[in-house]
Amino acid sequence: MVEQAHSGASPLPGSEALIQLRDLHRSYGRGDRAVRALDGLDLTVPSGCLYGLLGPNGAGKTTALRILCTLLAPDRGTVQVAGIDALAEPRAVRRLLGYVAQEVAIDKILTGRELLQLQGDLYHLDRSKRERRIAELEELLGMGDWIDRRCGSYSGGMRRRLDLASGLLHSPRLLVLDEPTVGLDIESRSVIWQVLRQLCSSGTTVLLSSHYLEEVDALADRLAIIDAGKVIAEGSPATLKQALGGDRVTLRVREFSDAAEAARVQTLLQACQGVRQVVVNQAQGFSLNLVVDDQNVVERLRRQLAEAELPVFALAQSRPSLDDVYLQATGRTLMDAELAVAGSRDPKAERKQNMR
Amino acid sequence: MTTASPVLPVRSAEPSALAEISQETLALTRRLFVQLRRRPSTLIAGVLQPLIWLVLFGALFAKAPEGLLPGGGSYGRFLGAGVIVFTAFSGALNAGLPVMFDREFGFLNRLLVAPLRSRSSIVLASVLYITVLSLVQSIAIIGTAALLGYGWPGLAGLGLVLLTLLLLVFAVTALSLGLAFALPGHIELIAVIFVANLPLLFASTALAPLSFMPAWLGWLAALNPLTFAIEPIRAAYGGQLSLSTIVLEAPYGQLSIANCLTVLVLLALGLFLVIRPQLDRKLS
Ligand SMILES: Nc1ncnc2c1ncn2[C@@H]1O[C@H](COP(=O)(O)OP(=O)(O)O)[C@@H](O)[C@H]1O
Ligand SMILES: [Mg+2]
Repeated sequence: MVEQAHSGASPLPGSEALIQLRDLHRSYGRGDRAVRALDGLDLTVPSGCLYGLLGPNGAGKTTALRILCTLLAPDRGTVQVAGIDALAEPRAVRRLLGYVAQEVAIDKILTGRELLQLQGDLYHLDRSKRERRIAELEELLGMGDWIDRRCGSYSGGMRRRLDLASGLLHSPRLLVLDEPTVGLDIESRSVIWQVLRQLCSSGTTVLLSSHYLEEVDALADRLAIIDAGKVIAEGSPATLKQALGGDRVTLRVREFSDAAEAARVQTLLQACQGVRQVVVNQAQGFSLNLVVDDQNVVERLRRQLAEAELPVFALAQSRPSLDDVYLQATGRTLMDAELAVAGSRDPKAERKQNMR
Repeated sequence: MTTASPVLPVRSAEPSALAEISQETLALTRRLFVQLRRRPSTLIAGVLQPLIWLVLFGALFAKAPEGLLPGGGSYGRFLGAGVIVFTAFSGALNAGLPVMFDREFGFLNRLLVAPLRSRSSIVLASVLYITVLSLVQSIAIIGTAALLGYGWPGLAGLGLVLLTLLLLVFAVTALSLGLAFALPGHIELIAVIFVANLPLLFASTALAPLSFMPAWLGWLAALNPLTFAIEPIRAAYGGQLSLSTIVLEAPYGQLSIANCLTVLVLLALGLFLVIRPQLDRKLS
C-alpha cells in the first residue's frame, strides 16, 4: 500500500498546523488593468488531514497554491510550512512538498519512467531508493502497462497519474494538488481519489483545490471556501453544512409552471409552519427552493398543497450541500459564479504571464 | 590528562553541494541527450549543412588559380576552417531553444519547484549538452574534410582547433541562453538565430580572406568573433602552432593566435557576466 517514509523532521502531532498562510495579497498586471487574485487570504492547514480548497474558477486557488509551493512571490503576507518560512527558505520547503500542478507540463519525448527518474535526481534520491519508489508508485497508480511508453502518447488520465507519481516520488510530508481530477475519465478519477485517501490515512497531509463541490465533499476532512481571493468559510464539510441548519426542499407543482402560479404557491407555503424561506427559481422552470426546519415539514407541505388542490410534480428533500454554504456566503451558487467568469479568462495570456 | 576522547566523525546535515549539483546537472543533461537520440534531426542537419557547404563551395572555386589565397593552397583547404567554425557556431546558437521550450511549456516550473541545490544546474546542463554536441559535429566535419582532401591539422593542431572551438561555443551558448530567457517565445528566438547566422558567416574570414574585402567589410570581419576562431584554426591546419604566430592583418593591427584566443576567453566570460542577472531573475 502507500508507504510514506517521510523525509525531513519527525512528524508533528496531528493537530498542529502544517501550513500557515497569513494575509496573502497578490495581483497580476499593473495599474488599472491589475487583477487582484488574492486579497488577504488566511489559511491554516492542520497536519495529517485531507484539506480541500473549494472555489469557483478565478477565486485564486491556483495563485495561492503557487505561492505555497514557492513558484510565485506574494505581494504581501507570510507563508509557513512546518514552521519554515517559505519566503526565506524556499529550498527547505520544496523538499517537504510535492506539487501536482493544474496544467500538466510533461516532456513528451521521455517515457514516464524516465521522467520519474529525472524527478528523483532533482530531489537527490539515491538510485536504489529512486527505483524502489518508482516500482511502488507504478503499482499503486496502475502505471505498469504504459510507464515505459513515451509521455506524448498518454491520455489525460495517464498524465495525471504520472504527475501524481512524480509529486509523490520523494515521499513528501505534504502533497499539494491543483484541481487534480478536472476533465478526467472515471477510472482515473477513482484511482486518484483512492490514492489520496490512502495517503492521508498513512499520515501525509494532502491539500487539494477543486471547483467540484462533490469532490471536496467526498474527500476532504476540512475545507476552506475561497471567493475573490479570500476565505469565506472554513471547517469540516459536516460542520459547515450543519451551521447553515435546516433541510433543502425543491418543489415543482407542475413540470412547467408559470410566474403567477409560482408566486401563489410561494405565498401559500411561506405561511406554513417550519418553513424558513421560499425562493422562486425562474431558471428552473419556476420551481421553488425551500429551507425547512426538519423532516416533518415535508408531510405538512404535502397536506397543505393537497388542501389547496395543487398537484405535486416533484418534491425532493436534501441536507444542505456545500453549494448552499457558498450561496449563503456570497449570494450566488458556485455554478453561477463559474458561468460569470466563463470565457472571460485568457489562458494563453495567463500562461505567457506565468512564463519565467 | 587522560587519553583524548576519540573524535567521532560528524555527519553533516546536508549532503555535499558538489554531489547534489552534479546529480541534478547530469540528470538534466541526460534528458537533453535522450531528446536528441529520439529526435536526431537537429544533429543530422547540423552535420549535413556544413558538409554541403564544404562540397559545394569547394567545387565552386575549385578552378581558382593556386596562390590566389594567402598561404597558397586550394580554396577547399581555405574553406575548411571556416566551415568547421560555422558548424560549432550554429550548433551553439541553438543552445537556448530547449530552454525556451521548457519556459513556454511550463516544464521549467517542474524544475523550479524541486529543491535544486543550485539553479545554475539548469544552465550548466545546457552548456554541457551543447558543448558536447557542437564538438561532435565539428569533429565529424573535420574528419570528412580530411577525407575530401582538405587537410588534417595533426594531433597537436587538433588540440588547438578544439580549444578554439570550445571557447567560441561557450561564448555563443551564453549569448543564446541569455536570449532564451530575454525573448518572449521560441518564434522570436528562432528569428534571431536565423537572422544572426548568415551575416555573421559572410562578414567573417570564413569564405574569403580580408584582403578580398572592401574596407568596411574588412573592418566588420576583423571585429567578428567568428574570425577570431577561424584564423587560429586555419593556422593550425597550416601547421603553425606557435601562439605568437601572426594570423590576421586586421585594419587596426596584427593579431596573433594568442590574441585571438584571449579575445574569445574575454568574450565568453563577458557574456556569462552580462546574462547572469537575467538568469538570476528568471530562475529565482
Ligand atoms: N498569470 C496571470 N495573469 C493575469 N491574471 C491572472 C493570471 N493568473 C490568474 N489570473 C487571474 O487571477 C484570478 C485568480 O486566478 P487563479 O488563481 O488562477 O484562480 P483559480 O485557480 O481559483 O481559478 C483570476 O481572475 C485570473 O483571471
Ligand atoms: Mg486554478
